[in-house]
Amino acid sequence: MLKRLKSHDDLIAMRKSGDKKLKQDKVKASICMTGCRALGAQEVYEEFGKQVKKQKLQDKVEVVETGCQGLCARAPVMTIDPPDAPSIFYGRVTVDIVPDIISNTILKGEVINKLCYASAGKKIPYLNDIPFYSRQNKIVLRNCGIIDPNSIEQYIEKKGYDAFAKALFEYDPEQIIREITKSGIRGRGGAGFPTGLKWGFCRKAKGDTKYLICNADEGDPGAFMDRAILEGDPHAVIEGMLIAARAIGSEKGFVYVRAEYPIAVSHLRNAIAQARKLNLLGNNILGSGFNFDLEIKMGAGAFVCGEETALIASIEGKRGMPRPRPPFPANSGLWNKPTNINNVETLANIPVIIAEGADWYKQLGTKNGSGTKIFALAGKVKNTGLVEVPMGTTLREIIFDIGGGIPGRRGFKAAQMGGPSGGCVPEEHLDLPIDYESVKEVGAIMGSGGLIVMDNDTSMVDISRYFMEFVQEESCGKCVPCRVGTRKMLDILTRITKGEGCKEDIEDLKEMAYVTQTASLCGLGQTAPNPVLSTIRYFMNEYEALIK
Amino acid sequence: MKDKAIELAPVDKIVAGYSHDYDSNLIAILQESQDEYGYLPKSVLKEISRLTDVPLTRIFGVVTFYSQFTLIPRGKHSIKICNGTACHVRGVDEVKDRVKEYLNVTEGQTTADYQFTLETVACIGTCFLAPVMMVDDRYFGKLTTDTVADIVKEYSN
Repeated sequence: MLKRLKSHDDLIAMRKSGDKKLKQDKVKASICMTGCRALGAQEVYEEFGKQVKKQKLQDKVEVVETGCQGLCARAPVMTIDPPDAPSIFYGRVTVDIVPDIISNTILKGEVINKLCYASAGKKIPYLNDIPFYSRQNKIVLRNCGIIDPNSIEQYIEKKGYDAFAKALFEYDPEQIIREITKSGIRGRGGAGFPTGLKWGFCRKAKGDTKYLICNADEGDPGAFMDRAILEGDPHAVIEGMLIAARAIGSEKGFVYVRAEYPIAVSHLRNAIAQARKLNLLGNNILGSGFNFDLEIKMGAGAFVCGEETALIASIEGKRGMPRPRPPFPANSGLWNKPTNINNVETLANIPVIIAEGADWYKQLGTKNGSGTKIFALAGKVKNTGLVEVPMGTTLREIIFDIGGGIPGRRGFKAAQMGGPSGGCVPEEHLDLPIDYESVKEVGAIMGSGGLIVMDNDTSMVDISRYFMEFVQEESCGKCVPCRVGTRKMLDILTRITKGEGCKEDIEDLKEMAYVTQTASLCGLGQTAPNPVLSTIRYFMNEYEALIK
Repeated sequence: MKDKAIELAPVDKIVAGYSHDYDSNLIAILQESQDEYGYLPKSVLKEISRLTDVPLTRIFGVVTFYSQFTLIPRGKHSIKICNGTACHVRGVDEVKDRVKEYLNVTEGQTTADYQFTLETVACIGTCFLAPVMMVDDRYFGKLTTDTVADIVKEYSN
């Protein structure tokens, strides 16, 4: 039962009692119960429960329901951790094989070859030997796939809420903001604005009531890291919000989540309820006098609500349409009060920065972007899944070393980065160290971190038309450049893909792209032409072949 | 046109749950009402307006802005086929065509027996399993034209 924590000492005591539990001699069998559910993880989990009960193995095995373990291509996946041997990773686990896993791997420590990850015909049983895992650096995803996301006890055992306690009892708000600014972290939602600076603006804004919003309206097709964080480690986001709230001086926060993410919503709802029970949310948190509480707001299916002023309108119960800035939300946001909005991944970084310090954090990454970035690797690549690497890692490392390269005989053609606001990066830039600025220079954007690999089979003109269709449908219609510009560009691209294009089309596209970019009201329109421009820049031959 | 047959007690109860702040909870009220009725009947919207004092024009504006809301009845099961980039690259179009053919509907339509409504969605964030669809709250991944009809068939029973 969860007991109210009255002080910092109570939190420490709770963690220490958990430490003992961690040392138990059980084999831990962790099953991904989020994304893997799409391929039968639920049934596998239930079978484990049944077998453990039937064979009376409760003292020997602990079956844990976890969030995303990353290597989604092998779904359903699981990890087996014997008390004093390396972790074994299994993929494509089925209900039928559960008894074998228990009798051979869990009880005898023998590896079942056919469930192991294979590379170039070689089976790799241990998780840390698999390049997909060994080359990553999991800071934000530190608990994701390891702990049970529905257990606040497990989060606290992993030093959860410790950073918040540090921020609450050892730092004053200005110190928190200085630390975050010094760390060099920039917003992970797309625009890359320095987080510390943003917090500072909101702290300095006049007004007694200030709001904090977590933007979990992950709408970019191809991005699923925010979903994985909320599903796999919701307390990390709550802890990040608590630290942010303390820094800016807010007592009320909102998490704006997409309605299409039912598991994320349910885990988050449960996490908030648990945090309230422990007095980590509510009034007089840990006896400090600090008050903060959270409310979930569900999106209703509008991509533009990822834009911060549109998101604010949606929380207010209105149509989610953006408005011109200034005034910026930091001065006049939700119900015209100073409001700070951060993305899920950004907030999940915050506890680590406070716990380990800005200097430690800054060592990771490049001068334009410190820390790590999570990429959602999908498309024509072997190891689809979630990948967290330090900024400055090259696309080649992500796609070939971690991602295992392109399946089949067709070669790599391009990597689409940043979704509908981004662009396609061709082979010649595979060795580019990725950070906010470098990606922009080659015509894409870091964006939220969606990374879709395309092989030689993919038509780049079709991709460009695909994204234009997406933004055209999602354009809210408020400003003319975006509403009409995306429609006209889509018409031209559709004509070209049908083989009915004419010579003037390319120049017309470029001109309309320029107008839409420069004259649109919000980020949606300003970045909408990026996929067109980047494909014209690198794959002009494909346009020409269709126009001829 | 009046849809007299619709019982308004459930919506009264839903609205009452938000008496502290109707205005900013309008979307939540509409979401719960749609869960209750399966769609948003005109009489329900009028009742929400009457109870909350939010003008019907504003309610209509919100309902038509967000793709989640529907003013016409939907099927018992909702099929959402993902139209995300990874699904697009991995051939979701053929899968979609197979479902359309099997159910004999086009996108946005409901089958004549009100069992299924077919929709497409921008991205459901399970790109690693592309192509993907959701039937109600369940995800189905790595779809092929062969498997997809079987999945739908299972829900028909």
